[in-house]
Amino acid sequence: MKRFVYINDDESPTQEIYCDNRISNRKYTLLNFLPKNLWEQFSRFMNQYFLLIACLQLWSLITPVNPASTWGPLIFIFAVSASKEAWDDYNRYLSDKKANDKEVWVVRQGIKKHLQAQDIHVGNIVWLRENDEVPCDLVLIGTSDPQGLCYLETAALDGETDLKTRAIPSACMGIDSDLLHKIKGVIECPNPDKDIRRFDANLRLFPPFIDNDVCPLTIKNTILQSCYLRNTEWVCGVAVYTGNETKLGMSRGIPEPKLTAMDAMIDKLTGAIFVFQIVVVIVLGIAGNVWKDTEARKHWYVLYPNEGPWYELLVIPLRFELLCSIMIPISIKVSLDLMKGLYAKFIDWDAEMIDHETGCPSHATNTAISEDLGQVEYILTDKTGTLTENKMVFRRCCINGIFYGNESGNALKDARLLNAVASGSPDVIQFLTVMAICNTVIPVQSKTGAILYKAQSQDEDALVQAAAKLHMVFVSKSGNILEIRYNASVLHYEVLEILEFTSERKRMSVVVRDCQNRKIILLSKGADEAILPYTAAGQQTRTFSEAVEQYAQMGLRTLCLAWRELKEDEYHEWSLMFREASSTLVDREWRIAEVCQRLEHDLEALGITAIEDRLQDGVPETIETLRKAGINFWMLTGDKQNTAIQIALSCNFISPEPKGQLLLIDGKTEDEVSRSLERVLLTMSITTSEPKDVAFVVDGWALEILLKHYRKAFTDLAILSRTAICCRVTPSQKAQLVELLKSCDYRTLAVGDGGNDVRMIQQADIGVGISGREGLQAARAADYSIGKFRFLKRLILVHGRYSYNRTAFLSQYSFYKSLLICFIQIFFSFISGVSGTSLFNSVSLMAYNVFYTSIPVLVSVLDKDLSEETVMQHPQILFYCQAGRLLNPSTFAGWFGRSLFHAIVVFIISINAYAYEKSEMEEVAMVALSGCIWLQAFVVTLETNSFTILQHLAIWGNLIAFYVINWIVSAIPSSGMYTIMFRLCGQPSYWITVFLIVAAGMGPILALKYFRYTYRPSKINTLQQAERLGGPILSLGNIEPQPRSLEKEVSPLSITQPKNRSSVYEPLLSDSPNARRSFGSGTPFDFFQSQSRLSSSSYSRNCKDN
Amino acid sequence: MSNNTASSSAGANGSADSAAPRRNSKRPKYSRFTQQELPACKPILTPRWVISAFMLVSIIFVPIGIASLFASRDVVEIVDRSETACIPAQNRSDKVGYIQSSADKTCNRTLRVTKRMKQPIYVYYQLDNFYQNHQSRSDEQLRSRSGENETSSCEPEDVINGTAIVPCGLIAWSLFNDTYSFSHNNQQLQVNKKGISWKSDRDHKFGKDVFPKNFQNGSLKGGAILNTSIPLSDQEDLIVWMRTAALPTFRKLYGKIEQDLLPNDEILVTLENNYNTYSFNGKKKLVLSTTSWLGGKNDFLGIAYLIVGGLCFFLAMCFTVVYLVKPRRLGDPSYLSWNRTPGGR
Repeated sequence: MKRFVYINDDESPTQEIYCDNRISNRKYTLLNFLPKNLWEQFSRFMNQYFLLIACLQLWSLITPVNPASTWGPLIFIFAVSASKEAWDDYNRYLSDKKANDKEVWVVRQGIKKHLQAQDIHVGNIVWLRENDEVPCDLVLIGTSDPQGLCYLETAALDGETDLKTRAIPSACMGIDSDLLHKIKGVIECPNPDKDIRRFDANLRLFPPFIDNDVCPLTIKNTILQSCYLRNTEWVCGVAVYTGNETKLGMSRGIPEPKLTAMDAMIDKLTGAIFVFQIVVVIVLGIAGNVWKDTEARKHWYVLYPNEGPWYELLVIPLRFELLCSIMIPISIKVSLDLMKGLYAKFIDWDAEMIDHETGCPSHATNTAISEDLGQVEYILTDKTGTLTENKMVFRRCCINGIFYGNESGNALKDARLLNAVASGSPDVIQFLTVMAICNTVIPVQSKTGAILYKAQSQDEDALVQAAAKLHMVFVSKSGNILEIRYNASVLHYEVLEILEFTSERKRMSVVVRDCQNRKIILLSKGADEAILPYTAAGQQTRTFSEAVEQYAQMGLRTLCLAWRELKEDEYHEWSLMFREASSTLVDREWRIAEVCQRLEHDLEALGITAIEDRLQDGVPETIETLRKAGINFWMLTGDKQNTAIQIALSCNFISPEPKGQLLLIDGKTEDEVSRSLERVLLTMSITTSEPKDVAFVVDGWALEILLKHYRKAFTDLAILSRTAICCRVTPSQKAQLVELLKSCDYRTLAVGDGGNDVRMIQQADIGVGISGREGLQAARAADYSIGKFRFLKRLILVHGRYSYNRTAFLSQYSFYKSLLICFIQIFFSFISGVSGTSLFNSVSLMAYNVFYTSIPVLVSVLDKDLSEETVMQHPQILFYCQAGRLLNPSTFAGWFGRSLFHAIVVFIISINAYAYEKSEMEEVAMVALSGCIWLQAFVVTLETNSFTILQHLAIWGNLIAFYVINWIVSAIPSSGMYTIMFRLCGQPSYWITVFLIVAAGMGPILALKYFRYTYRPSKINTLQQAERLGGPILSLGNIEPQPRSLEKEVSPLSITQPKNRSSVYEPLLSDSPNARRSFGSGTPFDFFQSQSRLSSSSYSRNCKDN
Repeated sequence: MSNNTASSSAGANGSADSAAPRRNSKRPKYSRFTQQELPACKPILTPRWVISAFMLVSIIFVPIGIASLFASRDVVEIVDRSETACIPAQNRSDKVGYIQSSADKTCNRTLRVTKRMKQPIYVYYQLDNFYQNHQSRSDEQLRSRSGENETSSCEPEDVINGTAIVPCGLIAWSLFNDTYSFSHNNQQLQVNKKGISWKSDRDHKFGKDVFPKNFQNGSLKGGAILNTSIPLSDQEDLIVWMRTAALPTFRKLYGKIEQDLLPNDEILVTLENNYNTYSFNGKKKLVLSTTSWLGGKNDFLGIAYLIVGGLCFFLAMCFTVVYLVKPRRLGDPSYLSWNRTPGGR
């Protein structure tokens, strides 16, 4: 499981074992393209089916039509998707070639040589200069920087745009740059994996380079493929992973294709049609054989042999199978793919979904699932950066029991704090020091002299900025020395260790040596529950807890700051353990956490910082609208419970009392959790009858227990509850919750912005990433990336809904038209002695399926049943999509019936009008086909809601094209239908017959539709009527955006009991009067109560089954 | 719309000065198509619109129906069913045996003209229960001599002793072979057998250089025998026969009588009853018919037009009455309550 990389050893066997640096993203080679691509295409059921049909058609005995009628479209479809694949692959080849041919400096036989990137081998030393792209994964051994640092832009790897620092391992410190290419050694590293945040390896240099010790390597010592070197003159490194085995290469993978609910439904319907087809084939096949044995033998002119070959019985069924094979439209996949591509393009193009701050348009990465957007039932959202702006501003603090910033709402303007800073109060100074240096921020001096902070965490950025405003300026970081300017004096600190932040530890610490008095101090910051329990025994932490509680109720993010002086020997002892833990290869993260724990105790808590994270624009309105649309919201956040509840309230997530009710599930043990769950379930089931918004709140700990032991009960709860707030959850729990909802057969949409949301985004049916400040990680993993949360409204209500409607029409229409022609063929078999003869000729059949009936319906991609404004005003209309009202077996039955009816009309009329002396095969076929085409045109017209110029062009142009094409075919003497179309067009009876077909076919449909439309209108119809008759649309429950500010709601210092968390917030079950108060001195929830919400409580559950 | 333009241009500015390097994004081009904002007409089914549409259809359809019906009624048609009548009474118990025997099958029938028939009068033979539509043929072979061996689609009448049969296939093999001659007042009525087939067929589908070969030479005799010295393009009976009928009941043109017939004229038909329809209980009819602008005698279109027109009128009336009696405001918001109870749909 390990690989040993011998540095700079041209003879070592590693060169052969590991691949060279040739990058290949190509799926195919020139030779295997055809077989491989065909194999892939034929792994789909539909294609196998069509291939089977096409092969059967080659058997001339049974084929009623020319094999070209199936082979043509089949080859066309295959050629289209194959050439798309080939084009993509060719582009991949070009970009690979560019990367492979790039020249880099590589050490060979001790001499630097200019080589192509593809010739780099594992163990080679590679030199890079500023702004070079890193050709493979390297372990740093030298840089131009005296401290051994270099700066890296990792945007291509993780999407984060800030510069990352990378350092050379300690063992390589101080090696002269001239000697670097002579270095020898061995790196022990794990086999290639795709984790770009971990690299647990060891380095040992061989003599003459000193330091025979093992030196631990982390990801900090590597520079990975596809990053760019910035602000560093040169670096040199050892190739450890090359070619497709780099971290980037390993993480590159084709994600599982997602299937929409609609696709599943279409597949189901296809299956049903397939079964129907088999039944028809069997029935007609038997009938045909019986007729043949009883009747056909009497018809001497067909010359049926008395004794046929063994397969004789199969001939007629197989012929019917071929005749009925068009029941499953070959064009549907192509049409659908085309439409889906356009839906995605419309999202990309949408000018109203451009984030004007960054200029980022929305983007649909996954082009295949737009319809699912219209069927979303649950939205699981992250809080920070998704609902909020993730623009952190330091607002308040509590230092040693004194609250700052409570009056003005901004601690930086609080005179008392400014005075305290000026007078140099030791508590405040300590507090500010921690704010300024307990972080991983890199200060960058810009040309104008201003200091810019490059921070990976927005919280740290806010703290450092605030400290700077309070005259504790973090000036520079050179190597391990931090320079702080406090008022006029300059202070230096040497960073000894950084105990990094992990979501499990929920805190980070630094160990620094104060260069003024040589003392070693531990500075920590983190969540209150990660710091306060570890304070020194004597310290009173009550005020801090109260402060945390108070701030959290205002929706502020709190951090607890603490410090401790370390003794020299304590530090040294611990430092050894830490080093050992850092160089383990197995479970390193866990070991490190354990070791860190040993240092982070007996802390002296200094105070609490409160950082505001403002709501994004339009979040409350968006959530309100989407909730009206019947979408249930779950908030999954890593933040504290109170912060989460406050944000939830302020963005309409939950309704305040008395409309809403919050139920809390908590407990530390299994018993407690289970009891609280039962109580909540009981309350839920009682209140579902009332029009009340019930939400439950659960924290990560309880959730862990619930998911482990009470999964079923929790699932019940999840089904009952429209809203949930899950706080303190880990990324994997987020994904588990998505999984849970999916297992209940709900369509889920997960929206998030950070790396911690990636798993949830990938797990959900639809993943939406906000391209926010936490980098593009989420946006990259997501199916859709949008700039702001509020675009979600448009994405779902406009794009999702339209896509659903359009696909619903297109797919059912495709079946309708195939069934129509198929039914006619079946009817014809009754008058052709059940022999499986085709009425239509092969050309007509082929053109009918792939041309006449496929082109006009494609413009339904522009169809809009309701205008965007109407949909936004009446988001409830989305319900029709959610419940799948437009594409389900019953609507499909309607289309099935329609095709049967139309087939009967076309068939009866054409064989009766063209009877006796006019009964000529080609003519009758063409009359019937004309009838079908005319009906198609009118059906599409009737089902189109809005006609743009394109619709007219497609529908009527297609009709004209039908005649033009048939005239052309009729002009070819060798074609079977030579002169037929000219003949027909000259006959009055042809036109009279066609109009009769149209009137008889469309009359009942129009009458039925009119009746339904006027006397049994669906909500969509009503809105259409209202919209088009003009005038203001009376809208029940208009959405009035109401500006809300957090500050007003909670009066300061209104804390009653800090840890009083009663399980039910309304005294419905719990009779404790102070239960209500825990939201802050009985602050009336009615404050939020401003508009009459529509009672839209618990319908969606019921609708599910219908 | 103006909103959109404004916002998109604002967006362009915003991106120019703010984080432009963040992503070199392809800025979506604004057009009415990309914004799905093409000007659209959105018709709805208002009662007025629907009622007038039905009214219009009925107003158009009823006259056309009447006209078609008149056209059909104007056609004079004499149908004579002959398959049983032409079998001598003593042979009627074994019709198949009789037809397959070599006895003289001449048969005389008398037709009475009911109404004046203007020339040209078309002479058809009509077969019932005859499935011409699932038989074999080869168009390539008929078209030119070079395609003579294209007999793959002709099974089982494709080759004999290794050489191709021309014309091959069961359709040609089962060529109709009854003949008719007409006399009126003991005078021969000329039946013109030229130009009974489609000109396009004679010119392009049946080659001038293709002559019958090996036809009806097999052990099994089918229908008519062709004169091997006449090219297929001149064998008009064959050409007519080869136009496959779609239905099991069909008429094929036998010839034209280019002479008016007056009411109560008696026409004597002498027919050679050769074609075997007895084994499958098929009917055989002789039809003399004039023609109209709509074709032969066929009431279907006229009646169907009247029915559809009438139904449309009826529907228009119904809708009008319902509309007047129980007016329903379109787009009434009271239907818009969102209490989506399971029953309320």
